[in-house]
Amino acid sequence: MTRLSDAALEHLRDVAEWPELTGNRYEIVGALGQGGMGTVFLARDRELEREVALKVLRAAASSPDTALRLRRESRILARLEHPGIVPVHDVGRLPDGRVYYVMKLVRGVRLDQYARAAVLTDLLRLFLRICETIGFAHAQGVVHRDLKPGNIMVGAFGEVLVMDWGIAKVGEEAGRREGGKADGNVDAKAADEADEDDATKTAPGTILGTPGFMSPEQERGDVEQIDARSDVYSLGAVLRLLVTGSEGQLAGLPAPLRPLRAIWRKAMAPIPGDRYASAQALAEDVARYLDAQPVDAYKEPLLEKGRRIIAKYQTPILLVLAYLAMRILFLVTRGM
Amino acid sequence: MFCPEPMSHDPASTDQPHGFPPTRDSVLVELRSEDREKRERAWESLAAAYWRPVYCHVRLRWNASREDAQDLTQDFFLRALGGNFFEGYDPGRARFRTFLRTCLDRFLSNEQRDAGREKRGGGIVFLPIDVGEIEAELLTNGNPDPDPDQTFHREWIRGLFILAVDALRAECVAAGKEVQFSIFERADLLPVEGVDRPSYRDLAEEFKIPMTQVTNYLAFARREFRRLALERLASLCGSEEEYQSEARELFGVASP
Repeated sequence: MTRLSDAALEHLRDVAEWPELTGNRYEIVGALGQGGMGTVFLARDRELEREVALKVLRAAASSPDTALRLRRESRILARLEHPGIVPVHDVGRLPDGRVYYVMKLVRGVRLDQYARAAVLTDLLRLFLRICETIGFAHAQGVVHRDLKPGNIMVGAFGEVLVMDWGIAKVGEEAGRREGGKADGNVDAKAADEADEDDATKTAPGTILGTPGFMSPEQERGDVEQIDARSDVYSLGAVLRLLVTGSEGQLAGLPAPLRPLRAIWRKAMAPIPGDRYASAQALAEDVARYLDAQPVDAYKEPLLEKGRRIIAKYQTPILLVLAYLAMRILFLVTRGM
Repeated sequence: MFCPEPMSHDPASTDQPHGFPPTRDSVLVELRSEDREKRERAWESLAAAYWRPVYCHVRLRWNASREDAQDLTQDFFLRALGGNFFEGYDPGRARFRTFLRTCLDRFLSNEQRDAGREKRGGGIVFLPIDVGEIEAELLTNGNPDPDPDQTFHREWIRGLFILAVDALRAECVAAGKEVQFSIFERADLLPVEGVDRPSYRDLAEEFKIPMTQVTNYLAFARREFRRLALERLASLCGSEEEYQSEARELFGVASP
């Protein structure tokens, strides 16, 4: 009689869920991770002989709505050609009807894991690249809506990749730009996509995002109010995590880090109008901090200002002091 | 009786949750058949799928000894064959496995009440029950206090999968596809805790075939296993809704 261990049982349940790819160019190697909507598999592209990541709807989550969402995610990713966003290679449908898309395999670690062993200045430079990527998406009319360390990967060479655009909000302007209206005609694909956008439009009251990182307007399900500044809020929460190593506020933050606290507080202001107007503006303030310049978000006390200036010009100040000391010594010895 | 939808292979078809197996005679319908042969066949299928969870339930929920649990399991299925245990099953009210467990508890309660009035099975074995393996798992699994409900569910899945694996083996042997089954067995049926599964490369070297063939064979075996498991599941469900719900839970969710 056949015997199946508990491990075999779980393994069989997993592999039976694996997508059936017979007849196409990909073969599944193993599962990489599972989200609310889809599972990401490590797959092999037989044609190009390379490993790729294949995201497919989980059977349990499969519905016309989630299928449209996944396809929409693939199109958003294809639209956002940027070094900080994973490129999509292919999209298709399995024999059982489930939608999948194939993207570049990212080899790296999650930002929160990376942060544990990195120094603050490196993390802040990394943060600037995240802001730049999100700023690019915003310029394309796309709001991510689920920015958190778990959705940001750091590659082997320090490259940053923002992942999981499954619940991104696409602005109408961007939709029109993609709608193929340049010559006044809407082609079939554009019409199809417009239908998808309608079908996957988030209903008012729907809460999408991750607690601790989502903006108050997302928590309220105030869909109409969600815009680029909602991502700015999430970026502020990411910055806080990078600086403090936790999602909570720290009471005894050292004085040199206070400007950073002011920056994330401004980014995380409850009212969108009080936040930085864009990811770029947020990045500029962090860059000023890195250059030891005063930041917009923080009114610096005189003493801290003095310390900052001394820290910034430490070497020339020391040289001048050394020169003066030598000069005084010379004059004293000469007078004797 | 319900008819599960056939699997769609048309890429242009609308989004289906996943492919459902073709119609298979419902065990639950045949249990009520006038034809004795059909009834017995259905009973065998039911017992094959459910004896494990039933045995574990008797052992854990009712604290029966190994010997008593074995006898009570036999008795339960024997009564199910001869009596009208499942007459009252209404697919609209509960899943069949939930209903079966309720019947089992009622049966055990009556047995407890009538204990000593009549002697049970007397050790006559008529079900191919191998409780040694279950006992070993129950007692040595590192879990001194297993949850009866979770155990019932897990053993129900195990019973179903074993039926599907046995059917797959028989099909592969009949079709001369022993290598396909052997690769499936090595890769998917033998994993144990803490031991790495063989890689595709290992299997290619072991069976002296190209790695691409290993993946093709595995894809075939897994597809067939899934189909056979879903077929058996369909035959044990009382309605299409129940079947769809069970199928999603079985293959769509990581843990119950």
